[in-house]
Amino acid sequence: MHLVLFFIFGGFCVAGALNLLLQRHPINSALSLIVVMTSLAVLYLLLGAEFLAAVQVIVYSGAIMVLFTFVIMLLNAQREERTHGSRAAYILGFPGAAALFALLTFIFISNGKSLGFAVLGPDMVSTSQLSSVLFRDLLLPFEVTSVLILIAILGAVALARHHEPHKDESKTQGKER
Amino acid sequence: MNFWWFLLLSIIKIAVVLVILLTAVAYTVLLERKVVGRIQNRWGPSRVGPFGLLQPLADGLKLFLKEDLLPTAVYKPLYILAPVIALACALTSIAVVPFGADIKFKGVDLFQIANVNIGLLVILAVTSVGVYGIALSGWSSNNKYSLLGALRSSAQLVSYELALGLSLVGVVLRAGSLNLRTIVDVQATHGALSWNIFGGFQIVAFFVYLTAAYAETNRTPFDLPEAESELTAGYHTEYSSMKFAMFFMSEYANMITVSCVATLLFLGGWSSPFGHLFPSFGPVIDAILPVFWFVAKVFFFLFVYIWVRGTLPRFRYDQLMGFGWKVLLPVAIANIVVTSLWLGFTRPL
Repeated sequence: MHLVLFFIFGGFCVAGALNLLLQRHPINSALSLIVVMTSLAVLYLLLGAEFLAAVQVIVYSGAIMVLFTFVIMLLNAQREERTHGSRAAYILGFPGAAALFALLTFIFISNGKSLGFAVLGPDMVSTSQLSSVLFRDLLLPFEVTSVLILIAILGAVALARHHEPHKDESKTQGKER
Repeated sequence: MNFWWFLLLSIIKIAVVLVILLTAVAYTVLLERKVVGRIQNRWGPSRVGPFGLLQPLADGLKLFLKEDLLPTAVYKPLYILAPVIALACALTSIAVVPFGADIKFKGVDLFQIANVNIGLLVILAVTSVGVYGIALSGWSSNNKYSLLGALRSSAQLVSYELALGLSLVGVVLRAGSLNLRTIVDVQATHGALSWNIFGGFQIVAFFVYLTAAYAETNRTPFDLPEAESELTAGYHTEYSSMKFAMFFMSEYANMITVSCVATLLFLGGWSSPFGHLFPSFGPVIDAILPVFWFVAKVFFFLFVYIWVRGTLPRFRYDQLMGFGWKVLLPVAIANIVVTSLWLGFTRPL
């Protein structure tokens, strides 16, 4: 049962990813990405990470991808034009990708036991177990990550802010008075 | 637990819940028309059947028989997919809602389709995916009013989802669980006194939730995505017949889900307001009475929805955004901080 579901949603995931690359309209690509995210959530669920699965749907499929589609709709993006691609991509890219894939497969197959594994099954990791790992055992990395995200947010705000000359500001303030 | 019993009972439960939900949707529409009619000093529907009770049937029949127009400029796959997404998400989230006490028949929960550990998060996840119905309908219609409605709706939903999610954290902290049954059981000890809204001191969170939920379901005073005076009909301008009806049904199904969640999280779900004051009435009534309380509370929330619609005018768009980000979000965060401090000091670890 779990294995069947794993193959179904793994298939969805790969098909969505391929469709994402092949579609020419940005909104179709965005929708394929949603399919990928949601099937990933189901895979997490099959591995017993229920909290992660729900958060995956809420954050990635629900919030981030809504912003993607929002931007696509706002800019009214049209179909992309196909180019032949650079020659470097053909000469270096395909062999490089194939080599990387072969290397990773080799490592996973030869050192599979030492990398650890998760079992498909009905055992669920409860939210309280997860939180005790996050907030007790891995507290420092967790807090450092949150600071990192905070810095990223501040950076985004700083970049997006309008730098208006001082003269204009004083003018508008004068008007308000 | 026998697998075949589980399958059979689950299918029956799903069918019963869907039929009840769709009937409730139809009669919520009638209730809204009646109540808003009375608020505006007129009768509302009164011709079809006694007290207009057959009006939803007539409406449904009319929408079913109307011509299904497909405008030439639409992007067809998404135009057809959008109402399906909206309705499917609206109907799915009811699956984790418990309607009554935990009564098992052959090992299967009778009053809940699926008892999930993370029930609350499932509801949030499904509703957050429901945005795509509205967003895609507006974009694929290839109409400026639809597009503006869809843009407004996605911006509004993304903004208010934060406040909505954060307002629920206080409740989750008090219960120590995301399971909806556990959340209700925590509130069921002393009747109305131990409900989260009173005894749990979550009244601030309750109002934040209610406001954010009104915005999430695109209802007045936050119905900017379908503001008639500016956008014709907003995101569903180009839709007709059953496709329009699907959007309509999803809106009211979402209202019912939101009312169910508010009942479960803040008003003690199916628990009686009198607690254990009265003795047991026998097993059958003890099983049905909680369902009665649950339905009564949900009905109360639906009535408030309609009451608010009949009372408040629509926000302006900048007011809507300002209110969401500058008022609701800080209040929700402050509620989390105060609740955690209080729980941290009063409860031993």
